[in-house]
Amino acid sequence: MAVKKKRKGPVVENEIITLTNVSKAYSTGAPALKDVNLHISRGEFVFIVGDSGSGKSTLIKLLLRELTVSSGYINVMGYDLSRIKHRKIPKFRRNLGIVFQDFRLLKDRNVYENVAFAQRIIQKSNKEIKKNVPSILAIVGLAGKYKAKPRQLSGGEQQRVALARALVNQPTILLADEPTGNLDPKNSWEIMKLLEQINENGTTVIVVTHNREIVNAMQKRVITLRRGVIISDEEKGGYIDED
Amino acid sequence: MRINTFFYTLKQGFRNIFRNKLFSLASIATIAACLFLFGIFYAVVANFQHIVKNAEEGVSVWVFFDEGIEDVRIQQIGDMIAKRPEVAKMDFISAEEAWESFRDEYLGEYGDGFTENPLENSANYQVYLNDVSMQSALVTYLESIEGVRMVNRSELVATTLTGVNALIAYVSVGIIAILLAVSIFLISNTVAIGISVRKEEINIMKYIGATDFFVRSPFVVEGIMIGLIGAAMPLGFIYAIYNVVLTYVTDRFPQLSSLLSFVAVEEVFNVLVPVSLGLGVGIGFLGSIVTVRRHLRV
Ligand SMILES: Nc1ncnc2c1ncn2[C@@H]1O[C@H](COP(=O)(O)OP(=O)(O)OP(=O)(O)O)[C@@H](O)[C@H]1O
Ligand SMILES: [Mg+2]
Repeated sequence: MAVKKKRKGPVVENEIITLTNVSKAYSTGAPALKDVNLHISRGEFVFIVGDSGSGKSTLIKLLLRELTVSSGYINVMGYDLSRIKHRKIPKFRRNLGIVFQDFRLLKDRNVYENVAFAQRIIQKSNKEIKKNVPSILAIVGLAGKYKAKPRQLSGGEQQRVALARALVNQPTILLADEPTGNLDPKNSWEIMKLLEQINENGTTVIVVTHNREIVNAMQKRVITLRRGVIISDEEKGGYIDED
Repeated sequence: MRINTFFYTLKQGFRNIFRNKLFSLASIATIAACLFLFGIFYAVVANFQHIVKNAEEGVSVWVFFDEGIEDVRIQQIGDMIAKRPEVAKMDFISAEEAWESFRDEYLGEYGDGFTENPLENSANYQVYLNDVSMQSALVTYLESIEGVRMVNRSELVATTLTGVNALIAYVSVGIIAILLAVSIFLISNTVAIGISVRKEEINIMKYIGATDFFVRSPFVVEGIMIGLIGAAMPLGFIYAIYNVVLTYVTDRFPQLSSLLSFVAVEEVFNVLVPVSLGLGVGIGFLGSIVTVRRHLRV
């Protein structure tokens, strides 16, 4: 995946995500993010934690350009997201893998098709799809269940399918918004271990989570948000308790 | 587009139709009904116009000459008339021919008593027009030619036929426009429902990096397929009906057959098949593309 990109703006070598004075206000209520500055380097593993409503999902949505900033400047992989043209967005997103709390699988298609779907969208040939999908399913431990429909799978298994779908296109950055929010502790750990493994293979991983135990155990960079402001950003950090 | 993607898009389009069975069926049925009406309407209009055309072709203008005119001048006048663009064809009827046909038609054997031609000054040109609406212009011209004594015509027939033609044109355009609008509206509805049912899938596609084109194409394929199926169905039906009606009318009212001549079913279908299918595809394409653009702000 050697992708050449035009670098724009104040991007330091190896820096893959840059937020400069980013604020985001929805049409109603107080701003969800206020004057956020953030730098993430290629290959980092970052937890984003904070109370409900503190702006975590808003941050993720800004990073995948589902939302645009109200003010400030945001650069991801060299793409200036406050200025990116609408027709460039698909190309930008092909470098992202995205996982949500509620899995978001296609219910009428089996495991194999759900993963293959991601490859079809980027117009891979059938031959490549037949090679890539089984190998990614093996990595997430679902090789034996490729024919099952989502409703025949446990929550943990469904999240693995979602993960496989996010990974099959070999993203540069993996964004996960509460990927273990609907899972029991054992499955949560397994998904987190997979994320760690993916990160060790070079993918930048950003995980929003409420799971205190996992955050404290994994000793990664932890960014804590409160009411739209970054109140702490620590290497090998821990989960900061609410007041 | 990769061939792979092309087939995937086709497959998804078909899938959409089946996943949305009820609405797809409703759209297909409505388009079929609209195009059925259109087909019937077209068949009737085609025949009507055929009949009108026949009547038009029978409409002629007679040009009579001054008494004692020379044959050379008659020839000159004939050349002048023939040059007019609105003239389809013209025949010269000599005084003898005029008398003979009059005698044969109206007098029978009583005509034998005449030794001289009583219609001595009745030599004329019988002029047929391309287009009856041009009749009065032609007549004005003809009357201005030196050596022309009189021009006979049938104003009533000409204006009636012109009027009927215009009426047919207006009514056709009106009815077709209404039918098309209804069909487009229906396809648009079906596609909109398909889009709302698949909001989630569309969102996932967008997260993964699907282009607008990739997201939209299956819906357009769906619209076009619905349009095509909806167009194909009534064609067979109309074919059958047309033949039945034709046979019935010809058998039942043989006395009309001299007055009315019908268009052959093949001739009607030579036009109707491509036009119907084209309309089906067009309706499907328009209905879906408009909806996809409005509801799929990807
Ligand atoms: N579409 C929206 N329109 C208006 N306000 C919104 C919208 N989405 C989020 N908000 C508001 O923005 C703030 C931040 O929301 P966000 O979803 O980013 O929180 P979060 O940290 O992800 O919370 P949680 O942990 O519950 O998922 C909240 O006050 C929320 O009410
Ligand atoms: Mg959230």
